[in-house]
Amino acid sequence: MLLNIENVEKSHVSGGSRVAVLRGVSLSLEAGETVALTGESGSGKSTCLHLCAGLDRPDAGRIVVVGCDLARADDATLAGLRRGTVGLIFQQFNLIPSLTVRANLAFQARLSGRDDPDWCGELAMRLGLEGLHDRYPEQLSGGQQQRVAIGRALAARPALILADEPTGNLDEATGDAVLDLMLELVAESGAGLLMVTHSPRLAGRLGRRVRLTGGRLA
Amino acid sequence: MRRVALSALLAHWRRHPLQLATLLLGLALATALWSGVQAINAEARASYARAAGVLGQDRLESLVPARGLPHLDQDIFVSLRRAGWQVSPLLEGQWSRAGISVQIVGLDPFTAPRSALPGMILDETRITDFLAPPGLAYGAPETVAALTGVVGLPPLAAAEGMAPGLLFTDIGIAQSLLRAEGRLSRLLILPDQPRSRPELAAIAPGLERRAPIEQADSAQLTGSFHLNLTAFGLLSFAVGLFIVHSAIGLAFEQRRPMFRTLRALGLPLRDLVVVLAGEVVLLALVAGLVGIALGYLIAAALLPDVAATLRGLYGATVSGSLSLRPEWWLGGLGMALAGAAIAAGQSLWRLWRLPLLAPAQPTAWARASTRALARQGIAAGGLALVAVLAAVHGQGIAGGFILLGALLISAALALPGILALMLAGGARLARGALAQWFWADTRQQLPGLSLALMALLLALSANIGVGTMVASFRLTFTDWLDQRLPSELYVTARDQEEARRLRDWLAPRIDALLPIWKVEGTILGGPVEIYGVADHRTYPDNWPLILGEADTWQVLARGQGMIVNEQLWRRADLALGDTVPLPGGAVRALVGVYADYGNPKGQVILGLDDLTALYPDVDRRRYAIRTDPAAVPELKTALTEEFGLPSDSMIDQGRVKEISLMVFERTFLVTGALNVLTMAVAGFAMFTSLLTLSTMRLPQLAPVWALGLTRRRLARLELIRAMLLAGLTLLVAVPVGLILAWVLLAVINVAAFGWKLPMHLFPADWLWLGLLALAAAGLAAAWPAWRLARLAPSDLLKVFADER
Ligand SMILES: Nc1ncnc2c1ncn2[C@@H]1O[C@H](COP(=O)(O)OP(=O)(O)OP(=O)(O)O)[C@@H](O)[C@H]1O
Ligand SMILES: [Mg+2]
Repeated sequence: MLLNIENVEKSHVSGGSRVAVLRGVSLSLEAGETVALTGESGSGKSTCLHLCAGLDRPDAGRIVVVGCDLARADDATLAGLRRGTVGLIFQQFNLIPSLTVRANLAFQARLSGRDDPDWCGELAMRLGLEGLHDRYPEQLSGGQQQRVAIGRALAARPALILADEPTGNLDEATGDAVLDLMLELVAESGAGLLMVTHSPRLAGRLGRRVRLTGGRLA
Repeated sequence: MRRVALSALLAHWRRHPLQLATLLLGLALATALWSGVQAINAEARASYARAAGVLGQDRLESLVPARGLPHLDQDIFVSLRRAGWQVSPLLEGQWSRAGISVQIVGLDPFTAPRSALPGMILDETRITDFLAPPGLAYGAPETVAALTGVVGLPPLAAAEGMAPGLLFTDIGIAQSLLRAEGRLSRLLILPDQPRSRPELAAIAPGLERRAPIEQADSAQLTGSFHLNLTAFGLLSFAVGLFIVHSAIGLAFEQRRPMFRTLRALGLPLRDLVVVLAGEVVLLALVAGLVGIALGYLIAAALLPDVAATLRGLYGATVSGSLSLRPEWWLGGLGMALAGAAIAAGQSLWRLWRLPLLAPAQPTAWARASTRALARQGIAAGGLALVAVLAAVHGQGIAGGFILLGALLISAALALPGILALMLAGGARLARGALAQWFWADTRQQLPGLSLALMALLLALSANIGVGTMVASFRLTFTDWLDQRLPSELYVTARDQEEARRLRDWLAPRIDALLPIWKVEGTILGGPVEIYGVADHRTYPDNWPLILGEADTWQVLARGQGMIVNEQLWRRADLALGDTVPLPGGAVRALVGVYADYGNPKGQVILGLDDLTALYPDVDRRRYAIRTDPAAVPELKTALTEEFGLPSDSMIDQGRVKEISLMVFERTFLVTGALNVLTMAVAGFAMFTSLLTLSTMRLPQLAPVWALGLTRRRLARLELIRAMLLAGLTLLVAVPVGLILAWVLLAVINVAAFGWKLPMHLFPADWLWLGLLALAAAGLAAAWPAWRLARLAPSDLLKVFADER
């Protein structure tokens, strides 16, 4: 199993008061499987993805990613997981401001020692990023930045793709092309895809669909 | 409305106490170093003025022996008084015993200008004590305190308002203290003279009139020393301003959204600027007061060493204790205000020109602008040109300081550009993704850190420059001392008769007896000492000549020429072969120039026979003895037994060297302390910049963390980054520091002291300084890095949510 979440709870502290965001979420994902995660704004979708990526730790419950129990892992193990196993596409792109598009694209792949210039080149082409190689993130539009973020996550050929509204800033045609790309990669390499989306049309193209309400999956 | 705006703006500081502390501390430190130095200068100046005013000598003409003789006869005083001249006798001299030394001024309480005497001298109860042996000596309270318990001095009495370091006694008492029975140094000419009196030449042909001592006498000699101190103070102040500038700049950037809101709510731009300027003035006043208090402490700590230096180098006596003088604390406050104004000027100007709907996000800080770097580079080039022009055409000490200032500012301005180039080079060499990011990200940190790095550059170059100067000096000076002091023992007889007996007694017991006889006088408008040297191989073997021919010493021995020290040579702009008039009218040709480090006075050396022929009354009591070094202790004992010579009239070579070196060690202690303080200020600048940057940096670090780096590793990289920048800055600082050292040694020193020093390099010192700089950078980065290592993941995640 690629990903197994059991009874995960998570609350955020803001302004001194605790807000329970996840109140017992369970979900599992097999290799080759694609799942759409939907839910209202503020329902905790990003929080859930961040937990799966090992960016934060749940208050309760278990998360196992490719055999690794995140609750027991130390910082270095989590960092290794983020580097090599998980490809996280952030809702806010999160590009590295001091690096060019080219360096941003290859960054994670090179960090994890899986640099493949041909694959990077192909990704850049399919994401429509040719000609932007030497620009810096601040010189890109929102949609362009989003496509670089997607390319960066896919360049390392991760076992688990976690995508947080990857097409939120894209027009319909580009969004479709991006999803095609991800589905192809999943089919090819047997990766898993957990994708947050507000679009029922895109959600419909994935294998399964879960909805987050009241801190639980339905 | 303004009050409301002000309280809204001040609320910022309540939420950022650390930033407030940085700003205040930076300005306070800058003010402290500056006003500390000024306090020292003001104290010294006051001491000079008091010393020059002793007994009204700054106002009254006096009669002195003509032809540079050291003394005049007491009888002359009597004859002049009889003839109607209103004069008052003075005997001045240095009394010393067992390493304690004090200036004795012997006077006649009945004829001395009354206004210049401590009132109590003429008290009926005391006047008899003053006149009759053992006498009574009046001194400033601190002088009296320092001399209490010293054997051999008359009873002491404290008198307020006297110049430090000297004692007033009755002239008769002074004559016996100074072993100068029947002699006077000079006669003061009192202001009220009878309408008709005989011509001076008719009564006392051996005397000449001398103008009042100029107030500026000590002040002129020591001026360059104080200029040096001032330059150091100014440098520290500039380094401190870097901190203030960045703190104010940051506070303005962070409050831009607030400015926008205030203006949108109807506060006129002019009012906003006025309110902000008021805020800056308020902060400057607070910081200025703290700085002045700190400066007082610094000055009080350094003053004893400065006083010792001035005494040793220039013979100027400066009070060792500090008093609060309005001229320096007002000056310090003024500097704090001016500094804050300079530091805030740019920010206020930018605000003035800011359109209402400009983006509210702080941008100027983190953005690397190539154009700004280029602009700075051009300014740096312009200043470098000024420096070159000053080096080629500059005159005197002012030219030297223009050169120094232009050089340092130019280097500071050029630094960010040079670092950017170095970092770009590093990035090109980098292989891994992380290394590449590291270089690129470091490059992006430059604008935020450049002010701190400039401060570090200034501190490091000053350190290298001054350190090289000091070490070069020490090396040259000890070598030179070894050459200049070849004689094993130096003795001074108590009178001419004893000197004659000494000579006879010593002759069979030692290798050679070399007279050290001198007269004082005026040559080419400046005071000089004129010595005579025996015709002995000691001199050609040891005396370090800067200029001269092979036969220089023979020419001297034949009485056909003179040699002068480097100071006089430079001051009077002499060349070999020039003929120079000596006091008394004789003329000699210049046949050589010798190095004479650390002596403020001009010196002339003649052949010994020539000297005694020109000045038959020369004081013949001092001798240098050449003998087997091992025999020195025995010889000293024998001299004591045979002649009853007190131990302070014999001094061996080692002791002379020790004393000479000590003077310089203390000079350098002062510069060393200022150096360390400047380094500390630069380190602090680095720390505050890193700290403020660390909070603004999260958006750059969070993505790298998310992509698979631990916080700890990131923190380590942050540490390395700070140390890398410090190391690169050191690379720039070494050449700048060496140029600085050259300017100090070859330009400033010549202008200030009249001698030029060879430059030596001490790479081991740079290594040490490099380690210090790395340690400082590491320390400065340690806390921000530690905070990063412990940052909660949720705080990093928040960055992602905040980003847009
Ligand atoms: N660092 C944080 N501190 C406090 N509260 C937080 C933090 N991050 C998220 N929250 C809160 O947790 C809840 C879930 O946030 P999350 O970002 O997971 O929602 P989301 O489902 O992704 O919403 P959206 O569709 O708008 O992206 C929200 O109510 C949010 O306000
Ligand atoms: Mg979200």
